Amino acid sequence: MENKLEAKNVSVFYGEFQALNNINMKFKENAVTALIGPSGCGKSTYLRLFNRMNDYVDSFRMEGEILVDGNDIYNKDVLVDELRKGIGMVFQKPNPFPKSIFENVAYGLKIQGIKNKAVLKNRVRKALQQAALWDEVKNDLDKSALELSGGQQQRVCIARALAVEPSIILMDEPTSALDPIATAKVEELIHELKKDYTIIIVTHNMQQASRISDYTAFFYMGDLIEYNKTDIIFTNPEHERTQNYITGRFG
Amino acid sequence: MKKEKIIEGLLKFSALVTILTTVGILYVLLSESISFFSEVSIWEFITDKEWTPLFVNKHFGIMPLVMGTLLTTFIAVAVALPIGITIAIYLSEYAPKKFKKIVKPLLEILAAVPTVVYGFFALMVVTPFLQSFIPGMSGFNSLSAGIVMGIMIIPYVSSLSEDALSAVPKSLRNASYGMGATRLQTAFKVMVPAASSGIIVSVILAFSRAIGETMIVAIAAGQQPRLTANPLVPVETITAYIVQVSLGDVAHGTLEYKTIFAAGITLFIFTFILNNISFYIRKKFKEQYD
Ligand SMILES: Nc1ncnc2c1ncn2[C@@H]1O[C@H](COP(=O)(O)OP(=O)(O)OP(=O)(O)O)[C@@H](O)[C@H]1O
Ligand SMILES: [Mg+2]
Repeated sequence: MENKLEAKNVSVFYGEFQALNNINMKFKENAVTALIGPSGCGKSTYLRLFNRMNDYVDSFRMEGEILVDGNDIYNKDVLVDELRKGIGMVFQKPNPFPKSIFENVAYGLKIQGIKNKAVLKNRVRKALQQAALWDEVKNDLDKSALELSGGQQQRVCIARALAVEPSIILMDEPTSALDPIATAKVEELIHELKKDYTIIIVTHNMQQASRISDYTAFFYMGDLIEYNKTDIIFTNPEHERTQNYITGRFG
Repeated sequence: MKKEKIIEGLLKFSALVTILTTVGILYVLLSESISFFSEVSIWEFITDKEWTPLFVNKHFGIMPLVMGTLLTTFIAVAVALPIGITIAIYLSEYAPKKFKKIVKPLLEILAAVPTVVYGFFALMVVTPFLQSFIPGMSGFNSLSAGIVMGIMIIPYVSSLSEDALSAVPKSLRNASYGMGATRLQTAFKVMVPAASSGIIVSVILAFSRAIGETMIVAIAAGQQPRLTANPLVPVETITAYIVQVSLGDVAHGTLEYKTIFAAGITLFIFTFILNNISFYIRKKFKEQYD
């Protein structure tokens, strides 16, 4: 397996405050990497570097390089819109558009200029099937996505990200607003997806990290403390901090 | 405890005063109009194509005044709508926060300029300017009055639409950017539709404001009731007519005098309907979001 993503000497600042300290990390292709660590340690900040979603924060500043397929995405020539078309993102809170289920899932395709109705229908159907939502909504595709339950909304958002067939998916606590059943569905889905996608997932749920990820990175106050295969992190971590965190003994 | 009671009483009292004032106005409007319509039939009022209550040969057809009102209003909204919405989108989707903080209140000054100033601006500046390349244009016309009124109501559209756009959850904008949408795509495919009810309400309010505007049209649009859609000739709006009669030497209690109440109630019906539409949209919008 190749390295799909890489962070090279990455530091992030919000004004004077340093949120990430000199991070170096390589992400394997077609694998799930979990980012864990206490609240405020910089996981979301780090995740958002890979599709440049921090760009909208006025005080944001970055040093170092983020490579996607070997290319520095913070290079001046990079078209940010084009970059994001290949990188899906699922947010912590479900954020469907106030549009129909169909329009939500088709959004990215329409942005890319796909107008053919049959193509759109097919891709929407496929994405909803992948997101394990198709059977529940196939008869109400014209219903507003806002009328769905939270778990269904989150799966609409996942389908929306999948519909454009990106190669990378970034997920920021995608199941934190979901009940155990919906969570299980999304976890199953992530397991399915890793065949074709490189997935980075932020989670506060240790069981979830150990269940679904191949690699786990532990962050603490802006530092990358430990990064290894998930089973090693959870059975035999190198650092005491990691051990304390995953066992819940954290002050 | 006692203090709270007093404050509660004061609040109730102010609410009561507002309601009583409204009821009082409505009462006067209605009673004078009823007395007017006992002499002039509603049918004549609506269908007669001339409005000449102050002449010897009297006609009481309101349509010329309605037409003058609608003509100036539509011109104003046609100016304010595109400019106002463009400004709103620019401020909420493109402009840096600091810039927005400065520009928004500055724009609102437009609505605070005394309307008499706008009226003279229309008459003395805009009309001569337009006449330089529209040869047949009269000195009084609905075009200049409408354009200047449009400038006045821009902040109603821009500020309220901007508020509506800013009220759209940030997470939607992030979702759109995250999909690789450009700012323009995000603005028109996500933000404007999500804020549409607020934007529509802002336009209706601007409409309402333009229909009720008096000074600009009284000064620059003329005082000649005329059933026309031609924006280059003098017209008279409902409001301008009311001013004309109120300031004139028509004796109180005469039929001529009562015409202003009939005209007033017509105006009231228009704004009442508009307010209700915007109220209805606002209510529906609330339901949709939670
Ligand atoms: N827009 C911002 N402006 C200023 N500081 C920020 C901003 N976003 C995050 N920070 C700071 O950067 C640090 C890392 O935040 P981040 O959201 O990445 O943490 P996190 O690990 O995702 O936390 P959580 O688990 O609570 O989501 C925090 O101290 C936070 O206060
Ligand atoms: Mg976070």
